[in-house]
Amino acid sequence: MSFRLTTRPGHPTFVDLPWEMPLASWDIPRLVAPVRGISRHVVRFVAYGGAMYALKELPDPIALREHSLLRALGDDGAPVVEVIGTVTGRRDEADDELEGVLITRHLEFSLPYRALFARQATEQVWEPMLDGLVELLVRLHLGGFFWGDCSLSNALFRRDAGELSAWLVDAETAELHAQLSDGQRAWDLEIAMGNVGGELLDLQAAGEVSDDLDPGEVADELMGRYQNLWSELTSDLVFPSWDDHALHQRVRRLNELGFDVRELELESVGHGELRLHLTTRVVEPGHHHRRLLALIGIDAQENQARRMLNDIRRFRAHLERRDGMVLSEQVAALRWMVDSFEPTITRVPESLRAKLQPAEVFHQVLEHRWFLSEQAGADVGTEAAVDDYVASILAGLPDERAVLGSPPTGSIPRISSSR
Amino acid sequence: MAIVELEHLTKVYDNGFKAVNDLNLTIGDGEFLVLVGPSGCGKSTALRMVAGLEDISGGEIIIDGTVMNDVPSRDRDVAMVFQSYALYPHMTVGENIGFGLKLRKMPKLEINRRVTEAAAMLGLDELLDRRPKALSGGQRQRVAMGRAIVRQPKAFLMDEPLSNLDAKLRVQMRGEIARLQHEMNVTTIYVTHDQVEAMTMGDRVAVMRRGVLLQVAGPQDLYDNPVNLFVAGFMGSPPMNMCEAKVEVIGGEVWVRIGEQRLHVDAEDVAARPRLREYDGRIVAMGVRAEDLSDASVATSAPMDRRLRAKAFITEALGSEVMVHFTLDVAAVNSELALDTASLEAQKELLATSLTGTPWVASFGPRARVRPGQDIEMAVDTRNLHFFDLETGLTIKG
Repeated sequence: MSFRLTTRPGHPTFVDLPWEMPLASWDIPRLVAPVRGISRHVVRFVAYGGAMYALKELPDPIALREHSLLRALGDDGAPVVEVIGTVTGRRDEADDELEGVLITRHLEFSLPYRALFARQATEQVWEPMLDGLVELLVRLHLGGFFWGDCSLSNALFRRDAGELSAWLVDAETAELHAQLSDGQRAWDLEIAMGNVGGELLDLQAAGEVSDDLDPGEVADELMGRYQNLWSELTSDLVFPSWDDHALHQRVRRLNELGFDVRELELESVGHGELRLHLTTRVVEPGHHHRRLLALIGIDAQENQARRMLNDIRRFRAHLERRDGMVLSEQVAALRWMVDSFEPTITRVPESLRAKLQPAEVFHQVLEHRWFLSEQAGADVGTEAAVDDYVASILAGLPDERAVLGSPPTGSIPRISSSR
Repeated sequence: MAIVELEHLTKVYDNGFKAVNDLNLTIGDGEFLVLVGPSGCGKSTALRMVAGLEDISGGEIIIDGTVMNDVPSRDRDVAMVFQSYALYPHMTVGENIGFGLKLRKMPKLEINRRVTEAAAMLGLDELLDRRPKALSGGQRQRVAMGRAIVRQPKAFLMDEPLSNLDAKLRVQMRGEIARLQHEMNVTTIYVTHDQVEAMTMGDRVAVMRRGVLLQVAGPQDLYDNPVNLFVAGFMGSPPMNMCEAKVEVIGGEVWVRIGEQRLHVDAEDVAARPRLREYDGRIVAMGVRAEDLSDASVATSAPMDRRLRAKAFITEALGSEVMVHFTLDVAAVNSELALDTASLEAQKELLATSLTGTPWVASFGPRARVRPGQDIEMAVDTRNLHFFDLETGLTIKG
């Protein structure tokens, strides 16, 4: 028996696991079974305290390659699962070779697509899910990342203020380039369309998705939404040189979409007009996310962060009006956190805090407060909104920190990947 | 089905790296062409240009008479096979094969026809109503292949499709793909770094190195008549034995000196490569395949002037043959072309061992009783000796 294990500090050493056995034959107390998508490899999950880790069995070179790709993406700030380590050179008791293992940390409060469809009506799920996947694919493509197997199974979804943000969990077929050609993007999109269509057809065959949904149309929609977003982020804009507003509008629109402009190029095209060119490398995601993180240290999804920043703005205006003095954004944000965010979250009973991410709870409370106030014809206040939300909505939700269940699918050997 | 023509195909990246350099190649209608070469030789880049995934820096790609340079990949009617197939657990085998056509809104009758046809070809016709869970590993692979087959593309493009499979399944799938391709007669370009795959699957094999096409020929022709040191070293397992040898013409007879030993190349063999005489007194690279070295204690009638002596240091009994490893007290061929065929580790080993001798291997019959450390004598089939110019790396022929 032998193996070589590499992990990141700050995580378990995993040396207590029976690496001398194929994952499929493990029968140990640490095993947990979250709901998951289709996998071509054997994937098992283990729990250490509150943290859950995914172990995927695949040939040593592929495991090492995927490890380095996930790590590069993670270091670049892309929404990918955290890669923890690899186990290679495994041999069993009879000294026969075993496949390697890739260790990733399970993404808390994430949901696989099957769980989402099982929890909500088809029509409520498919559009936000598709948008999340499209945004992820566009982000990856902007960074020169060819996924090679974009699918619902290879992503996890987190609630994000009424939307769903997608996270990449499988980079086995991926390639990192300096820049992607149009052909590579088109091919990645083609694969995504086939995969998503197939996955939805499979869910229909299982009776988990309404027959009213046309998987072929969803696949076409994926392409349309991808092309729209890509164009919005990368297409050139020609505007009169005196019209700065057009430039600001474009940048603002990119920010609204959750992207920053790192650099822009203006070129005179004659007739008093300028061409604004944003190359694929000049935009990056996470504008609101990073802004909130820098202001008050809250790590939220992009839409949640945008919602909270809006609430901070509203709160700041309220304080300035009330106290008759100008507040800096920083001070206003800290006051908001102490006076608004934290009281809302701490008012949620401890026993219900595994239901949703705090940032999502805050977003939903804001929604609920608006809903109750509309009904009452007057602002009901935060405390009443929280109490009603907890009793009428949150208590009835399943825990989403880690969604456990029997995996509906077995592993199916893959036939290929990229080199 | 289609003819795929690559004319002066070139790919230069922004940093100036020339990944594919003036590639000219015509893949015939229904032909199975394998592009083979070491990592970074440009084979995958060439395939990706055909698929439309890489922009073309120069030259043309013509499929069925139409220039495809600016045609989007989805409109080229080529199928990149086995990129990332998963099978869907709740769909039947038939549905798993045909779902791509369903997404494309193909009429149900036509889908059924194509699925039935593909299933028959794949031996899955009895299993169409089963779920993937009930299938064996090999059957699942065939379902995935069926998905590509029902598209009925003009050409299949396959980029290292078997690289992730275990050894047993890889061998099985190799045969399966080759059989299907011949049955369907669909033009196929198959990329691999594995010369065994190339030799066993392709109608023709195109060997590439550093973006340049070195040779394209049938597998046996490539094996028997490599045009240069690189092809000679790359094709074949084990690789061709190589060493430096001095050509000596004595009294009209051609001899090659290998360290302290000499081999006689008879007139008939010289007639096949008359230019060898021009190398009188010069050092050339000499190559001989393992199977052209036989146990002289068995081949007792082999002429004495066509024998080599050495000391065996490892033997591997493989059942149908015994591989005998030995070193010759002679310089290894350390030219750039020869070294390029080996992995980095093997290169280091080669350089290290070249100081004490050149490692060779001979393939003896299954009954050979050679032991490590034993002195051995080998009969050399001089008809199959290969000679290469050390400066150009090219074969000495004509």
